[in-house]
Amino acid sequence: MSTHSLTKATLRAEGLPRRRAVNRLMELTAWLAAAVAVAILGVVVWSVARRGAGALDLDLLTKPPVPFDFGSTPSGLSNAFAGSLVIVGLATLMALPVGVLVAIYVNEFARPWVRTAVGLALDVLNGIPAIVIGIFVFGLFVTGHGQSGYAAAFALACLMLPLVARSTIEVLALVPGSLREASLGLGVPRWRTTLSIVLPQTVGGIVTGTVLAVARVAGETAPILFTSAIVGPQLHWDPHHALQTVPVAIFELSESPDPSDHARAWAAALVLLLFILCTSLAARRLAARSRAGIVSSR
Amino acid sequence: MEALEPPRLAVRRFRAGDLSLQTVAGAAALAAAFLVCLIAYTIVRDAKPAWSKDGLAFVTRDAWDPVKHVYGAGSFLFGTAVTSLVALALAAPLALGVALFLTELAPRRLRGPVTALVETLAAIPSVVIGLWGILVLGPILRDHVEPALHSTLGFIPLFGPPASTGSSVFTAIVVLTIMILPIVASISRELFLGVPGELKEGALALGTTRWEMVRGVMFPYARGGIAAALILGLGRAVGEAIAVTQVIGSSVGIHWNLFATGDTLASKIAASYQGAEDGAQVASLVYLALILLVFSLVMNVSAQLIVRRVARRQGIGAARA
Repeated sequence: MSTHSLTKATLRAEGLPRRRAVNRLMELTAWLAAAVAVAILGVVVWSVARRGAGALDLDLLTKPPVPFDFGSTPSGLSNAFAGSLVIVGLATLMALPVGVLVAIYVNEFARPWVRTAVGLALDVLNGIPAIVIGIFVFGLFVTGHGQSGYAAAFALACLMLPLVARSTIEVLALVPGSLREASLGLGVPRWRTTLSIVLPQTVGGIVTGTVLAVARVAGETAPILFTSAIVGPQLHWDPHHALQTVPVAIFELSESPDPSDHARAWAAALVLLLFILCTSLAARRLAARSRAGIVSSR
Repeated sequence: MEALEPPRLAVRRFRAGDLSLQTVAGAAALAAAFLVCLIAYTIVRDAKPAWSKDGLAFVTRDAWDPVKHVYGAGSFLFGTAVTSLVALALAAPLALGVALFLTELAPRRLRGPVTALVETLAAIPSVVIGLWGILVLGPILRDHVEPALHSTLGFIPLFGPPASTGSSVFTAIVVLTIMILPIVASISRELFLGVPGELKEGALALGTTRWEMVRGVMFPYARGGIAAALILGLGRAVGEAIAVTQVIGSSVGIHWNLFATGDTLASKIAASYQGAEDGAQVASLVYLALILLVFSLVMNVSAQLIVRRVARRQGIGAARA
């Protein structure tokens, strides 16, 4: 009896109830923070889905925009979807081979200090704000030559390069050294070992990294503003001239005072969001599977 | 992890294939490094006209007048500092809370889905967040939140009279908070996962509450990493152009009223994309980009240095233990 009350008294002296209360409060705060984060996502996605679904129809994807439209002609954003396809496709063609080669060099050939240096360069590149990349490409290609789809694709490729290279370096590092040793031991030259033994192991990872990079740059507006944004409403596929893109179209429509423009902006945002969410989800699925494959083969 | 080292051949024979692959891959790596230098060179070159006209005075001058050809970064620097620092101050506790929830509190069934949802938030393009900010968030803040804050806390200059359009520095802050929250949260989550279980269990066994364990063991252990995560979040906020342009309302001038319009370095550049033809104005815009570039370099390198120093210190600690 007396020991019991003694313990209780000691505990109270140490302030246990207060400490427990603080703990409770902090746990509650962390729960709330997570709830807030999930709620923000829910509110944004729901806003886009609700407003976008109403305005989303086939015309949006197939008809070019009609200037000074008063609702009589069906008006869409087909030029923006075409332009985004062309520009993101070209950017992938530029960034993917270079990124994979950089990763091969870093992982298979480079000395440690070169590896660190290239890694630092990739990190720095990744940290440069997208708008600064846009200004850079503006100064490099656009001044004197005018805007073009190629310039915008190059700007997006600058953003994709560190992403593709990083993810490829990661999967290359997962390939067991014993595989290389076995191949080299059989007398296969190093370049063939790299290209036909090591690289095929990492295809899944490279595809994942590339798809994630595509999902990331497909929504980028800032690098395109200065490289391929001053366009007419016509639908065309030629990257020698400036092409309209989905993010720039959303940006311009969002600043317009006309509610019908807002409706098209929401619809385009819904399409963009669906594309990004589906591709990143698929990429993550693929990543989990291919990583499991490499590790289990070890 | 020794197996990851590429094996060195005892006898190196000359092989044309090896040499060419090494050359091509090496050229690609060199090109990546060269690209960073080219970016810096091009931006410095194009900012030169504005630099030679104004020098460092440009950085602090609070003016942007294309008619009189007077340009300065002062008010945009101020806007960038206010928006990104306040956004970071709002996002940091939220992000740490989310990370603690995901590593310590969440039931196993919630852990995966909530982690995926937080990463999804990071994947939403800034132009979509900006669209939502200008058409949904802005009007709500203007009609409900800002008047309430102004009438109760109006004696503080930060909470001045709201702008009529719904565009305001405050809207930009909320948008930036949303954008950096998932970044800081997912890095912090990884840091917390890396805290050794023995340390946490040791603290709990000594009779600490969970929060005391977090404060006494996890925060100190992950301190350097958290600092790096915050710097990266700040870098993201400073460099964000589109979403801020959409909601901040574009105006020149240094003022403390969060509910009035403003501008940041990045949003000023983005907002000027259509009218940028006059040489002096373009050079001044590139000068703004140069300031952003220097910021991003400083923040990136310092985050890297912190991460490296922490890794080294923890490596030594682990070797001792």
